[in-house]
Amino acid sequence: MAIKDSQAKGLLNCTMNWIDARFPLTSNIKNHLTEYYAPKNFNFWYFFGSLAMLVLVLQIVTGIFLTMHYKPDAEMAFASVEYIMRDVFGGNIIRYMHSTGASMFFIVVYLHMFRGVIYGSYRNPRELIWLFGVAIFLCLMGEAFFGYLLPWGQMSYWGAQVIVNLFSAIPFIGPDLSEWLRGDYLISDATLNRFFAFHVIALPLVLLGLVVVHLIALHEVGSNNPDGVEIKAKKDKKTGIPLDGIPFHPYYTVKDLVGVAVFLIVFAAIIFFAPEMGGYFLEDNNFVPANPMVTPAHIAPVWYFTPYYSILRAVPPILNSQFPGVAAMGLSVVAFAFLPWLDKSPVKSIRYRGKLYKRWLAAFVVSFLVLGYLGTVPSNVWGQFGSWLGGADRATVVARIFTVIYFLFFILMPWYTAKDKTKPVPERVTY
Amino acid sequence: MKIYMKKILLALVCMPLFALANVDIKLDKAPIDPSDNDSLQRGARTFVNSCLSCHSANYMRYNRLQDIGLTEKQIKDNLLFAGEKVGDTMKVAMNPKDAKKWFGVAPPDLSVEVRARGADWVYSYMRGFYRDNTTSTGWNNVVFDKVAMPHVLYDLQGEQVLNHETHQLEMVKPGRLSPEEYDAFVADLTNYMAFMAEPAKQQRKHAGLWVLLFLGVLLVLTIKLKKEYWKDIK
Repeated sequence: MAIKDSQAKGLLNCTMNWIDARFPLTSNIKNHLTEYYAPKNFNFWYFFGSLAMLVLVLQIVTGIFLTMHYKPDAEMAFASVEYIMRDVFGGNIIRYMHSTGASMFFIVVYLHMFRGVIYGSYRNPRELIWLFGVAIFLCLMGEAFFGYLLPWGQMSYWGAQVIVNLFSAIPFIGPDLSEWLRGDYLISDATLNRFFAFHVIALPLVLLGLVVVHLIALHEVGSNNPDGVEIKAKKDKKTGIPLDGIPFHPYYTVKDLVGVAVFLIVFAAIIFFAPEMGGYFLEDNNFVPANPMVTPAHIAPVWYFTPYYSILRAVPPILNSQFPGVAAMGLSVVAFAFLPWLDKSPVKSIRYRGKLYKRWLAAFVVSFLVLGYLGTVPSNVWGQFGSWLGGADRATVVARIFTVIYFLFFILMPWYTAKDKTKPVPERVTY
Repeated sequence: MKIYMKKILLALVCMPLFALANVDIKLDKAPIDPSDNDSLQRGARTFVNSCLSCHSANYMRYNRLQDIGLTEKQIKDNLLFAGEKVGDTMKVAMNPKDAKKWFGVAPPDLSVEVRARGADWVYSYMRGFYRDNTTSTGWNNVVFDKVAMPHVLYDLQGEQVLNHETHQLEMVKPGRLSPEEYDAFVADLTNYMAFMAEPAKQQRKHAGLWVLLFLGVLLVLTIKLKKEYWKDIK
């Protein structure tokens, strides 16, 4: 006996009514999907927010499966990863999804942040969205750092050693602080255990909470767009719907599906054909088990930390203290949080900004990339200058110059954004 | 506390030594073919006969050799000598403490050696031994200076010396194999060690083609779906 269409609909309505009387399901679907109006002129750059969500979910799911077989024990950790790679059914793919996912997370988040910068998405009234975003970024860096220790290879071990030692450069409390973080005098089993706890439960909880508030804030004020004009300023008089807004579902859900498909093609190509990505996603030295007695000749963080690592190395010690370098590195990450108050331009989007701003932005992007590259190589990679420069490493001098440009982008922003010759902004979005 | 301070001190003392040891060495390209099962099987035989006496491959199970075309019976009859089970991993008989006493360092586990150093390194290393009376074993290596490992295969390769003017290796006493035969022999071994470092690599690539094909179809469908929905947005 087949259920008729109308009967099925009646049943569905009945169920929805029952739920809605107890939980705001229909109104949530409306507020966040079917009646959340997004500007219709989103372009390529607007794929990366939903992609970051996708990677977050993938990391959590693959992470859960990895924890079923991984052993957070200094004696067993390295072997348990190889066990996953060899003896767990599908384990190699799950592990590669997780290790590649870490790098892809940073790629999509960096592109997502760059979108925010070029279209002025951090400006009034979206400062809080941006601040939550910076907090997500910091949390993600912590998550990646803690997770990187877990395979317990040489790079895991010595990378963690270097980063935790940075804290000992902080005046007065430094040495005690780094010891407290490690739970030991050097990276050891105790450190591995606590990093595992941070990686699998503490930071993911914080991360999820931050993503929720990031989205709540976004849906409160509405999305920015490539023109940087507020679509809520021009509404249909009868319906009150923004003239340039379209319902997020179905329009952007189907559009984001295209982005998801393209992303998954890139993601799968890496996982199945080049999971090490030439040593950038999985470093060669991390296939050697951690050995506290053997320091690798060249310790470099994974690529997504290298711009900041370069800044750390570029700042010379002052009064025999490494603290200025550590402070500069911290500041280079936190600097993004100040953008909403540093930008004095009358326009939001790069489309209507002048040459001055564009030049500074280009200089910043080049600095970020050059510093990123230099962080992956030893500082003597380009040899030394002659005695006229005290025989300084060429790469260090270059890193210093780009470190200065990196910070000038932020420090001088109030000046060059105010002085910049902007173009007139249209009343409505261009589509 | 004291032990830790000693460890840290030792690490600090060793640091410049390891930094010095890291000189760029030109490696020969390993002529290996991961789909050549005959080569992989020859390499597996060499590995089990020669390497496994001192080195372990603790993450590699014998029955994984079925992936390179051996049957369980062939593995049992030809590669298991000391009562191991076919599902066991390739353990070493030597006690690591003894090994450390004899060689100065315990021979490393070789399961993922190729992933750590690369196939070219292994191929060049196994061909790079030369006579050197200044070392305790009487052997040295162009790829790994002052290596603790003696030249185990010298009766096959013969004895080389390093010409310090041309920086080339010269054969002074030929072995049982000609240089070409020895290169092929080492290539087989390297091929096997590359397989052992990631046994599922070939299956992974094969599966990847199907995954990409599926995603390609998915992409076409999503593009069509998007166009269908968006045609009324002006």
